[in-house]
Order: sequence, then C-alpha cells, then structure tokens
Amino acid sequence: MTDQYSSTAAAPAAGDAAPAPGAPLLRVEDLEVVLPSGATPGVVIDKVSFVVDAGRTTGLIGESGSGKTMSAMSIVGLLPPEAETAGRVTWRSEDLLTAAAHRLRQVRGREIGVIFQDPLAALNPIQTIGRQIGEILRRGGMSRRQVRARVLELLDRVGIPDPDDRIDVYPHEMSGGMRQRVMIAMALAGEPQLIIADEPTTALDVTTQARILRLLADLREQEHMAMLLVSHDLRVMAHVADDVVVMYAGRVAERGPAREVLEHPRHPYTRALANNVPAVSTKSAIAEPLQGAPANPFDRPTGCAFHPRCPMARDRCRIEVPVLREVERGRFSACHYATELAS
Amino acid sequence: MTQSDILLAEAPGPAVPPARRRRRRPLAAIPYVIIGIYVLAAAIGPVLIDYDPVATEVTERLLPPGSATESGTAWLGTDAVGRDVLAQVVYGARTSFIIGIAVVTLCGLIGVALGAIAGYSGGLSDAVVSRTIDILMAFPGILLAIVIAGLLERGMHVVIIALSVGGWVGFARLSRSITMSTRERDWVDAARIMGVSKSATLTRHIVPFLAGSVVALATIELASAVLSEAALSFLGLGLPPDIVSWGQAIAGGREHLGTAWWITVFPGTALTILVICIGLVGDRLTRRFTRKRD
Repeated sequence: MTDQYSSTAAAPAAGDAAPAPGAPLLRVEDLEVVLPSGATPGVVIDKVSFVVDAGRTTGLIGESGSGKTMSAMSIVGLLPPEAETAGRVTWRSEDLLTAAAHRLRQVRGREIGVIFQDPLAALNPIQTIGRQIGEILRRGGMSRRQVRARVLELLDRVGIPDPDDRIDVYPHEMSGGMRQRVMIAMALAGEPQLIIADEPTTALDVTTQARILRLLADLREQEHMAMLLVSHDLRVMAHVADDVVVMYAGRVAERGPAREVLEHPRHPYTRALANNVPAVSTKSAIAEPLQGAPANPFDRPTGCAFHPRCPMARDRCRIEVPVLREVERGRFSACHYATELAS
Repeated sequence: MTQSDILLAEAPGPAVPPARRRRRRPLAAIPYVIIGIYVLAAAIGPVLIDYDPVATEVTERLLPPGSATESGTAWLGTDAVGRDVLAQVVYGARTSFIIGIAVVTLCGLIGVALGAIAGYSGGLSDAVVSRTIDILMAFPGILLAIVIAGLLERGMHVVIIALSVGGWVGFARLSRSITMSTRERDWVDAARIMGVSKSATLTRHIVPFLAGSVVALATIELASAVLSEAALSFLGLGLPPDIVSWGQAIAGGREHLGTAWWITVFPGTALTILVICIGLVGDRLTRRFTRKRD
C-alpha cells in the first residue's frame, strides 16, 4: 500500500488528476490550520500530510494537543469558525477544503461518517436513538416505515440486543457501550466509504473497549469501508490500525505501516511512546517516561518541535525543522537522524 | 427585562426529570387554582351572564353591591351609567386573557425565531437582531405601546400589536443566549457532520432546548401583558368602548371613588389577584428551569 507521492514534493496537480486505480481514498496534503488566538496566530496544524487507503484503517496517534483530532475534523470541516485552513484534503478527486457548502453536506454522513469520542454528549438527549439514527435516512427520502426497518437492521448490525425494544429509548437510558454502538449505527446509516472515529473507546471501560474495537474492525471489513482512527492509545492502534500517523505538536513525526512503525520506530518520539506502553503479559517495569511536557502548538520550539524532550537531540535539531521524508519503502519520518534509529 | 435576566443566567441542560423528592405543599397549588377559576370565568362566564357594554340603564346608576335591578341582582353593584360590575369583571377577564395570550404567543414566536437565528448564525444577522434589541430596550415598553396605540385606529388587534412591538425583546435575548451555548454541544456538531441542514439542526437539535425557559418567561410576560393592556385601557387608548376591559372599568369608576368604591375596587382586585398569581407561577417555573444541574 505504498503510494508514490512524497509529502515533501507536494505534487502540484494532484487535486485535478482523476484518481488512478489504487489511488488513496483520502489524501491530506500540507494541511495547515491556523487559529487566530490573541496577538499571534497559532499554527496548530503545520503541514500535515497523510493518506487513507480504501479498505484499510489508518491511525492518527499522538498526545493531547498534538492536533490529531483537529486534523481529522478538518476533513469534514468541523473546525472552530475562526480557524483558517490551507493545503488540500482530497477526497477521491475533489478538494474538501474548498468544496461548496452543499457538496460538503452531501459528503458528510453519506460518504464520510464520524464517530465521536463521548457518545453521551454527541447524542441529543431529548430524541430517541431511533430518530437520531434515522435522521440521515429520512433526509435521503425514505418513508417512515423503511427508515424504521433500516434503523432496526442497523441496531442489530452494531450488536444491540432486542432492537425492537431499544429503538424508542433515550440516550440516558443506555449504558456507555450501548451508546457508542448507537453512535456507530448513526455513522453507518449513510453507508459511508470512510469512517472517522475520534477516540471511539476512550470514554469506555476496558472490556467494552475491546468489544467496540472488534465491532469496528468487523464492520470495516464487511462493509468495505476505510477508517481513520484517532487515538492516543498505542494498544488500540496496535490492534486495529493498518497504517499509523504519529503526530507531535501539530506536525507528522512519522508514518507508515502500523506494525513496522510501532516495532521499529524511525522517530525518537514514536520510540518513546512505544516504550511507554507497559506490556501486560511480561510484567516489565514501566520504561523511562517521556521527560517534559508536550510542546504547545501555539509556542512551538524552534527547529524540531520534539528536540527539548529528545534524548538524541543535537544542535541541528534546534535550528532546522526536519521535513517528512521517505526513509524506507513506505516509511516516512521527520527526524534528521532517522537512519541512525534503524540500526 | 429583569425577569429575563434571571433566565439568562443558566442555559437548560438535557431534559432533567422533575425531582421526585419534591415535598407536597398544598399551598403551592393556590395560584394554579385561582388562575383556573379566572380561565373558567373568562371561558364560560359570558355564556351565563348576559351583558351589553353599550346599553345604559339610567335608573340603575351607582347601585351598591347586592341591589336588585330589573334583570336580577347586581352582586357587585352597578357603575355610573347603570352597567353591571360583575359582568364587567367577567367580560374583562376574557378580554385580558385574549389579549395577553395573543401578545405572548406573537412575542414568543417572533422572539424565539429571531433569537435562535441570531444565536446560531452569528455574524450579520446576530448584529442586526442584537442592535434592534438594544434600541427597543432603550424605550420603556409601555411608552412605545402608548405611542403606537395612540397613532392607530382603535381595536383589539391594535392593542396586541402595540404590546408586541417591544415584548419580543425578552424572548429574543433569552433564546439567543441559550442557542449560543447549545450550539457548542457535541450533538449539534454530530448533526452537522451527519449532513443535517442548518434549518433542521436549528429546529430539531437546538430549539427544543429553549422550551422550558421560554415557557417560564412567557408566564411572566403574560402577567405584564395583562397589566399593560389594563394600563392602556385606563388611559383610554387602544380598545374601543364596546370591548369590556378592566382598565376601562377602573377608569370609569375613578370619579366616584369616594361614593361608589365598588366600580373601581372589584375590577382592580380582579386584575391584581390575577397578575400576582401568574407572577407566582412564573417565578416558580423560572426557578425550576434555571436550577443548577448536579
């Protein structure tokens, strides 16, 4: 699943070209999001590029404030109203950043579905879940009866027992895991080709997390969808993602196939993250926690944003911003010394 | 506008079921019972009591309460031109309710619509609505109503319009602020992401959350509309003479206050009790819908 395009080159005509067979479903190129907060505008997303291939799960990973959620939400245009964007978000062959509002509304829900982090907050408390799941279907011109039948089917699909009883229930009457299943059913209702899942399991307990992740993986496979999974949880990523994009301070630190990236990191930040996950089975001592606090995208360190916390930082890292480059087939890293990490 | 300020303090949360632990307080039901009696009187009273507001009976002028007249007993006396005071109180209740409810409905619809659109869209529409509110709030509402009622032909619709011109401001302010906070909730984002149109998002995912506070404010505004209508009628503005109104009845008894107190006192008491009871209900609703969530 390697693509020929290199993020550093930023192919100028990529937006106009018809999608070649095997081209990625979604291609984010040099995405920039600027938030004008106070006197100095903060470049919270700085030249982020990644791709989501059809039929695969791409994970966006990073600490809080690394810009992973904002990168994902800018795809569907869910940003603060004052935010300014630059770059390209190519969905099949059209740029979503410059798409007309009515076109964006067609894409949302119908072609790209979104699962939110906190299902209780993301469900309208005064509407039954059946009504909320069916909203997009009604808009599509289905009759009341068809909508209900389809909603029941969707509830069954996401593993909610007794859909007939549950369809007329309000969100507060359900458990957290069931609510998240409702959110997933809502996202599935439009039969999207891509699902953006923003920390879909963070608000759930561990056993429920595992069930929801399995459900997502199954659905992705059966419905032939692609998924963009946003999470800070490396274990979740290791289980579900095919490709990962590691973000730090609004920039991509590293991306590539999930297993390779997590097992053989080519960026010191990924390595620190991977080392921090205690392996449950081996009872190993928790490795060196990462020193210092995550960089603030509003006040990013010069050069490589990670250099104040990096164990192998050198003078060059303080001055020169490392570009994301292909260090190995399919592997991209934004570290000056990525090759050293390989050995 | 002080009442709406209280309501502005806290946006309502998700529908909280009414507290079950609420103690039974029999006294709390009194305002509801009294308002119920008024509604009943306004609804069926005119069927039971026959009254012609423009017919005068010179021989039955200024009779004290309980006097016998040609058509029966004048339980609350008669006024300076021989009209039955009880009938005026009953017919006046009907007028007050019709005007009060019409004014509140009109103000509520206009105010909620403008406030919700302004709060949800922001930008130019918000600026226009907000500045209009500011301008209207610079005038005392009753002054505006006096000017409008004075300029136009007399009629019930004129009174309704005159009182509505300034009355929607409270609803708009309340709706705007609740909309602005509800807009930030995740389910609104979720609806947007599902491709739900702007107007559907507004009507289905935001406006229902205005209901509680708007009902509370509507109750308070109803009391003030009833009072304002009486004030306009007292000044002889707005309502034509063939529509009975408490304000007109009070004004008619003013000259005889020393000798025939009943002409003024009964309609005045009716007005006072109704306004107090509606106010009590309104205060209770306000407390309930602005209560802090735990």
